[in-house]
Amino acid sequence: MSPPESVFRPFRSSDAERSDRAAGDRARHREKVREAIRSNIADIIAEESIIGQDRSRIIKVPIRGIKEYRFIYGNASNVAQGNGGTQRGQVVGKNDGEGEGSADRAGNQPGVDYYETDVSLDELIDLMFEDLELPDLDRKRLRQVESERMFKRHGFRQVGVRNRLDKRRTARARLRRKQAREADSGETLERFPFHDADLIYRHVTTDVRLESNAVVICIMDTSGSMDTTKKYLARSFFFLLYQFIRSKYQNVELVFIAHHAIAKEVGEEEFFNKGESGGTMISSGYKRALEIIEERYHPTLWNVYAFHCSDGDNFESDNSRTLELAEELSDACNLFGYGEIKPLGPRYYESSMLNVFRRLDLDNFQTVLIERKEDIWPSFKALLAKERMPVEAIDG
Amino acid sequence: MADWTVDQLEEWDARIREIVEEFGLACHPQEFEICDHNQMLGYMAYSGMPSHYPHWSYGKSFEKLKTLYDHGVNGLPYEMVINSNPSVAYLMRDNSLLLQVLTIAHVYGHNDFFRNNFTFKTTNPEYTIPAFKARANRVRGYIEDPTIGLERVEAVFDAAHALSMQCRRNLAIYKETLEETRQRVFDAAQERPDPFRNIHAKREYVEPNLRRNPPEPDEDLLLFIRDHNPYLSEWERDLLTIAHEEAQYFLPQIETKIMNEGWASFWHQKILQSLELPASMSFEFMVRHNQVVCPHVGGINPYHLGIKIWQSLDERCSQNGEGRDSLFSIRESDRDTSFLRRHLTEELVRELDLFEYAPRGEEVLVTEISDKEGWKTVRETLIRNTGSNTLPVIRVIDGDHEGKRTLYLEHVHDGRDLHPEYAERTLAFVHQLWPTEVVLSTSVEGKQTELVRSDRGFSMRAA
Repeated sequence: MSPPESVFRPFRSSDAERSDRAAGDRARHREKVREAIRSNIADIIAEESIIGQDRSRIIKVPIRGIKEYRFIYGNASNVAQGNGGTQRGQVVGKNDGEGEGSADRAGNQPGVDYYETDVSLDELIDLMFEDLELPDLDRKRLRQVESERMFKRHGFRQVGVRNRLDKRRTARARLRRKQAREADSGETLERFPFHDADLIYRHVTTDVRLESNAVVICIMDTSGSMDTTKKYLARSFFFLLYQFIRSKYQNVELVFIAHHAIAKEVGEEEFFNKGESGGTMISSGYKRALEIIEERYHPTLWNVYAFHCSDGDNFESDNSRTLELAEELSDACNLFGYGEIKPLGPRYYESSMLNVFRRLDLDNFQTVLIERKEDIWPSFKALLAKERMPVEAIDG
Repeated sequence: MADWTVDQLEEWDARIREIVEEFGLACHPQEFEICDHNQMLGYMAYSGMPSHYPHWSYGKSFEKLKTLYDHGVNGLPYEMVINSNPSVAYLMRDNSLLLQVLTIAHVYGHNDFFRNNFTFKTTNPEYTIPAFKARANRVRGYIEDPTIGLERVEAVFDAAHALSMQCRRNLAIYKETLEETRQRVFDAAQERPDPFRNIHAKREYVEPNLRRNPPEPDEDLLLFIRDHNPYLSEWERDLLTIAHEEAQYFLPQIETKIMNEGWASFWHQKILQSLELPASMSFEFMVRHNQVVCPHVGGINPYHLGIKIWQSLDERCSQNGEGRDSLFSIRESDRDTSFLRRHLTEELVRELDLFEYAPRGEEVLVTEISDKEGWKTVRETLIRNTGSNTLPVIRVIDGDHEGKRTLYLEHVHDGRDLHPEYAERTLAFVHQLWPTEVVLSTSVEGKQTELVRSDRGFSMRAA
């Protein structure tokens, strides 16, 4: 028995264009990826690689939540084909500890699923800061300055300057008038010149954009006791602060102040890399910060955010002066934060500025304690969240 | 642009069908649909089905396929055939004439296999497409139902997909109803007429436990949960049924990947050789054919392994002066595991240089090779990694363990431990569908262990 005629259905581009059938499921998958990133943010932040990276850089984020789990076998033996002459004990690949160990190529066992997604740092930062709000943004709205004057088209007028003449509309207006006249008189007109009433000009309005300026003042203790671990933690914190503030303001500037017993303004490179020796006088850093604010970033025009990282090892005699200046600095700033970095746990260290600062009870002054890199994200959130609490209480 | 027209394809198809008939392949009627690469990616993501219920995992699979395709890691398959009656195959619009001809021939091989292999007898190919469509419509209905919605449907499917392959393997065996099983268990416990009862020791009567549910271990995990968790709503039960039915539909394809691809490649070669192709096409045929069936060093190419075995069987037939009858009966009554066990000979194992490998510490080492002592071990390991042998067997032992409504599962350990992270996470899905405690008994590094998942979280204990 011969099989019946086969049917051929030719390609129809209209079908092909209509048939992006996976679109809905793709969107849903994308959403899940974002959710997974959001829930992993603390891990991602703790990853050394993203700190201080260029914003356009693409980073790989392993997404654990999107694996499709099933019951599968763990590390078990399998069979593959060789080139001939394979020997016992020959090394054929690396064990990555995930599902089937594979010889040379990725395993295609069901369920073994490596999943990584590319996210640009920008996107990641947006995700991170999605739920965070800068506490003081409303209050300082007055500090917005007019930054840009742009011209924006806004309808049409019968008067205007010649170079804004809309030729197409003008020609159409003339044609309309001509046809009306011809219909009226019943004769075809050979010559029909433009009239002033035909001329149509594009109207333009000026668009004033207000700009908000912010400056982030990073103050760091670079005395001998600040080792690389501490500096790394501090750097992570500054990075977050800078990125966050950048996402809220159009124009953000950075100031780096390094201090030990004396303070000076330095470049970014030097700030994070160069170590100094000697004792610590925190007040020197605050004093320098106040000077810079006075000179260049006056609080009437700038939103000032200052953050200071130290291991809390200050000269006893300097504490009272530090406290005074911290109060002064808080007055000048939208938010002033102090982060104490103690990688070995608080009990290991003798002195702490946290006790000293406890006396300072101001709305926009916050202290945080950072012991491990996992603390960075929670402390950062706490820094911004504490301020919001009274507002919520009023709302509630 | 393509160097062919649909009329040309129809002409070639007529010639191919004549040859197919001469060779004795018995096919369903065949339909071909010509599509572009985007449609092909879409079909691949949804296992070839023209309509399928939505779930984010298909979006993921689409993205993955597309990424691989865009980066040139994977090409697209030249064709895709679905097991239905009439059989439906997709041809890529951008393929050359020769590739279309080769694909058409290949498709008839699959078509014949789907129609005749015993594992596909339970798939009801007449209803494949309508059944998938009906399921999709039901699921869309639940999603649009304001009392249910996308998120809840998705959550049930997340769990159901994780468990859907935990089902009976041999669908050719009739599944008894609960009553029938109880009756059989009861009958088996009764004393049977024994002509030698005078000399046999008297067998003590053991009362069968008919109250236990299931009376005998049950592999259909989703169905058991569906039938015995009274807290599920109707729509949830329906989603479990849908996931189960789909798994059952695809199981035979998992079970016969090597045979099926080998069979189709074997026949497309035979068919194209008898087509008397013009020289330009026959050269392209050789190139393309070799691309498809080339060995993948460091892995297994089912096309290559399959065609090698079929060719060796074919040679044996012609040496013995027999026709191809035995080939046809093998394609009817074997699945990959039995096919490899019976027909992957020592010579073939050696010729293919198959080897066994296993992770040892940081590295993956060759643990066995295809010499005189090792080839059987290699073949056994290959069989254990073929078809449904890649899926651990997990059976429901008791749905009311210790009278506490605990679901007691048993992993039938065959020397391979479960992947610990995957076991933990999948057990959470079981617990999602079975709200009281769930226990999975397995062996971890030689120690009998119980993995427990309840509202209090996950724990492990020695059994």
